[in-house]
Amino acid sequence: MDFTIFLIQLLNSLQYGLLLFLVASGLTLIFGIMGVINLAHGSFYMIGGYMAFALAPIVAATFGGGFFSTLCVGLVLAVVLGYVLEWAFYSYLYEREHLQQVLMTYGLILVFEELRSLLVGDDVHGVKVPDLLAGSLPLGEVMTYPVYRLFISAVCVALALGMYFVFSRTRLGMMIRAGSTNREMVQSLGIDIKFLYRVVFAAGVAIAVLAGMVAAPVSSVYPGMGNQVLIICFVVVVIGGIGSIRGALVAALLIGLVDTFGKVLLPDAAGVLVYVLMALILLWKPDGLFKAG
Amino acid sequence: MTNNDTSKSVFVAAIFAALAIYPFTGSEFGTDLVTTTMVFAIFALSLELLVGGTGLVCFGQAAFFGIGAYSAVLLSPQYDPGSVAILLPAAVLTAALYALFVGALSLRTKGVYFIMVTLAFAQMAYFVVHDTSLGGGTDGIYMTVKPTLGAIDLGDTQALYWVTYVLLIAVFVFLAVLSRSRFGRALAGIRVNEQRMRATGFSTYPYKLAAFTISGAIAGLGGFLFAVKDGAVNPELMSWHLSGSVLVMIILGGIGHLRGALIGAFAFVLLEELFKSEAIFGEFSKHWHLGLGMTIIASVALLPRGLVGLPGQWGQHLLGRATRRAEDMEVQNAKA
Repeated sequence: MDFTIFLIQLLNSLQYGLLLFLVASGLTLIFGIMGVINLAHGSFYMIGGYMAFALAPIVAATFGGGFFSTLCVGLVLAVVLGYVLEWAFYSYLYEREHLQQVLMTYGLILVFEELRSLLVGDDVHGVKVPDLLAGSLPLGEVMTYPVYRLFISAVCVALALGMYFVFSRTRLGMMIRAGSTNREMVQSLGIDIKFLYRVVFAAGVAIAVLAGMVAAPVSSVYPGMGNQVLIICFVVVVIGGIGSIRGALVAALLIGLVDTFGKVLLPDAAGVLVYVLMALILLWKPDGLFKAG
Repeated sequence: MTNNDTSKSVFVAAIFAALAIYPFTGSEFGTDLVTTTMVFAIFALSLELLVGGTGLVCFGQAAFFGIGAYSAVLLSPQYDPGSVAILLPAAVLTAALYALFVGALSLRTKGVYFIMVTLAFAQMAYFVVHDTSLGGGTDGIYMTVKPTLGAIDLGDTQALYWVTYVLLIAVFVFLAVLSRSRFGRALAGIRVNEQRMRATGFSTYPYKLAAFTISGAIAGLGGFLFAVKDGAVNPELMSWHLSGSVLVMIILGGIGHLRGALIGAFAFVLLEELFKSEAIFGEFSKHWHLGLGMTIIASVALLPRGLVGLPGQWGQHLLGRATRRAEDMEVQNAKA
């Protein structure tokens, strides 16, 4: 393999891995802190993708803005959606068994997919790369690399650093971490844990929606896009260790590498490679690489 | 046998009796639909052994179902009818072998990990048939000639109905006996408190692995029947939608009861037919997933113990009202 091609694939795998990390971090956060296994998390990614597609003309008509205004409007909607969903459905699941959580969130997936089909239809749509980022950088003598993909990676890195900062350096992060350890104790110290959970959930939804919106110009939007991401994110969470953000980062990058290079080197087996990786890691460490708590 | 046990046996016997009468009265379409339902009942029973019997929530049961179905089609000769005596054991065995492999790895994990890992392994099987030429890719493959068992031709709707019926009873009885055996008791012990089972000297891993393999084998049997009934298989048989649906069936029916799996399978298939029916929902029947999804959410909220628990739930509701009324009376008496 040529060095330039290797470099391009490496950048691609980095971008894919970081994107997976964004979605998986929300999944692992919601599980680690609230103990809810959220199958509908992939749907939020799907909603993000379709928002990038469907909101763009509406935003352009009202604000006259481009891709970035769409991102902002989408984020606001996502936070509202997350907040309302937590209040209406998820807050009932904290005390329930995993089985019932699986079932209810599975029901939500069906509802989201059908609503999507009712509102936007079942076609595959492309989303335009914003003009500002449409160029490409020269790489070696003949190859180029699209700027937009670098932008995706940059957004993911910025968000990862932001999450790390909020969790380990702020008072809000401290309360969230305490809440995940002992809910009752935090509550009796006068902290509104219900509100706190709602905020965390809304943040998790917003991150997944943002990931979907940012990825839309590269991957296009299509029915079932959420489920595909969800299952890969399960693998990420299992490999990384449930509840561990650091584990999710390492596992997501690992899967990005295996998947991207698998598609280049072993195209027939690419779909299975990721799962083989998971099986091997489970043989070695049944609790994942970085088990939290 | 207590009074309660008798009423349960009567209930189950009534279901099977109704199923025995049905083909003489129903239409061809109805018979076909009930056959599908019975196949799903077998499938649901296989999962009930894991979830209700052992406390293992498997979210990849469709893989075993699909593998049973694919083996039945792949092993059938192209132009002659295959023999059920060969195809059925082969389908069950391949499904059991994959279950042994998946179980050996995934049973090292617990709880949510187990849910996710079984799902991931099912996806692995899905991608193998979806991406390679082995199973005809996304289009799937066809079983051109239905298999026969001696003089019985499974291509005949009635014959298939009766074979499925007999197999459903066999699976039901097998699981009922199993749950009363020493093995079944050990599984129940693992469900309630695995730590304690280990402390009393049971090596729990082989028990769980055995349960997982048996469950995979029964799911494979269901898959075999499904392939014979439809005459075709495609990767969707292994999709996680089916794994989810079968979980919905047993939860809807009521976890922890074999008859719950029966009732759940019937309720689920009927609900699906209802939401798909153009006569009732017209244009909207295209979006039947919406109704199904909302029903699932409502059943989690309203029926925590499933349909089986419904009489008990009502009983408790009435009892609660009666006690409250008695308490009110007492308070009033005290005031007076």
